[in-house]
Amino acid sequence: MIGRELREQFPILNQEVNGHPLVYLDNAATSQKPRSVIDAVKRYYEWDNSNVHRGVHTLGSRATDAYEGAREKVARFINAKRTEEIVFTRGTTTAINLVASSYGRTVCQEGDEIVLTPMEHHSNLIPWQQVAKATGATLKYIPLQEDGTISLADVEKTITDRTKIVSVMYVSNVLGVVNPVKEIAEIAHRHEAVMVVDGAQSTPHMRIDVQNLDCDFYTLSGHKMCAPTGIGALYGRKELLNTLEPIEFGGEMIDFVDLYESTWKDAPWRFEGGTPIIAGAVGLAAAIDFLEEVGLENIQQHEHQLAGLAIDKLGAIEGLTIYGPHQGRVGLVTFNLDDIHPHDVATVLDAKGIAVRAGHHCCQPLMRWLNVSSTARASFYLYNTEEDIDRLAQALRETKEYFSDAIG
Amino acid sequence: MQLDDLYRRVIMDHYKKPRNRGTFDADVVTIDLNNPTCGDRISLQLQVNDGIVEAARYTGEGCSISMSSASMMTEAVKGKTLEQALELADRFSAMVKGEDVTFDEYEDIEALSGVCKFPARIKCATLAWNALRKGIEEPI
Repeated sequence: MIGRELREQFPILNQEVNGHPLVYLDNAATSQKPRSVIDAVKRYYEWDNSNVHRGVHTLGSRATDAYEGAREKVARFINAKRTEEIVFTRGTTTAINLVASSYGRTVCQEGDEIVLTPMEHHSNLIPWQQVAKATGATLKYIPLQEDGTISLADVEKTITDRTKIVSVMYVSNVLGVVNPVKEIAEIAHRHEAVMVVDGAQSTPHMRIDVQNLDCDFYTLSGHKMCAPTGIGALYGRKELLNTLEPIEFGGEMIDFVDLYESTWKDAPWRFEGGTPIIAGAVGLAAAIDFLEEVGLENIQQHEHQLAGLAIDKLGAIEGLTIYGPHQGRVGLVTFNLDDIHPHDVATVLDAKGIAVRAGHHCCQPLMRWLNVSSTARASFYLYNTEEDIDRLAQALRETKEYFSDAIG
Repeated sequence: MQLDDLYRRVIMDHYKKPRNRGTFDADVVTIDLNNPTCGDRISLQLQVNDGIVEAARYTGEGCSISMSSASMMTEAVKGKTLEQALELADRFSAMVKGEDVTFDEYEDIEALSGVCKFPARIKCATLAWNALRKGIEEPI
């Protein structure tokens, strides 16, 4: 039950865009939502809506149960040891900023090192730049191989005893590579550094087991995995999480408040000041149910097939350059077509009902490494089909023709 | 949605054969502007004498819309007073928002009027004009 059969469950896919049936290939930016998720959020607002953790009344209990139930679901989904290891956040950006602002600024001192890669999304780059500026720590980068992958030999060379934090994306939103984060974590731990894994692009597409990865922090964004926007999570190893100071203060996160001093709840609640994203968490729980029902293994296999097909079909178009390795990648293809600017490519594709992303994908340093200013990207999810790839390939051939005529 | 409304021949001509692309040797006003959402960037140079734009040149990277717009803008402002140049920028903004305006001074610009039907591309078209505005309103 994947691909075509799933499409019916996504109401948004059943529409025409510019006179053509919509082909949605911008899933790495955000995924579409199945009816079950939309209904869960609607039902929450129609029946259970209330504030959590304070009301004595029935709705308050239901809302609290739904919210805390969602936390349990996330914990099981990524195989965290304990439910309290899951902090709800707005998404991956907020999650990484929390780790950087709280943990990073506390543990880093002048001369310490924070290790990243040049392929990181801006959200796993700028928070660490800010930590480095504030603490005097140094940023170090694991170099990329020619095909955009990371070699463990380079990881060994880059991480030292001065390294306090290693933060790497599991899956690249541009190159489609799957980074060896488990092995990197092992090397980081040997040097007593903590390992942060940006899971924004991995969690929607493959089975995640944070205990097996042995990372210290892991982040995810709900909206890329069929959940609503505005909800995500930070996983943190319990013993670490409870040493972190909150960065937002207010209601819900306190233990005891006096006029001049206050104390905090334990993690994760100390990081969730204010009324939390309750409906978002309910939607995320429904999204997890949906993904589990389809099966993460099935999703991964389906996308792997689509990526292979896309590489074959797009690679056959003369003048089309695909970035990143052609093997061992996830379901996205980043490319440029001749010297036609990706914005122009995306506009022509949009006129044919095909949604792709064009730009720097929040990876400006990686664009410079690739020696391009921007690229186009088609990214797949569980509802995409082989026909979508055919439509894309055909539309790209027409784009090429259109611009050779227009420029002519 | 008609692609030909956007990609008119005159636009592609400016894209392929840009006018005033390059830099001045002399000391001139230089404005660097990015479109942070997409990575397009322009470096615009204005040679201004006695309140008159004598010449304008640009370098940069971007799509056919942003680069052709820069090419046209640098042609259009030549010989204009700073006030006239600002008025041109205002008129251009109005045009890409769908208002019915004309550019008798430099008719090529009117080819970009189709941008109003492609809201995602308005920022591309206005990049060079925003650089112009910045150069005049915030002299360095």
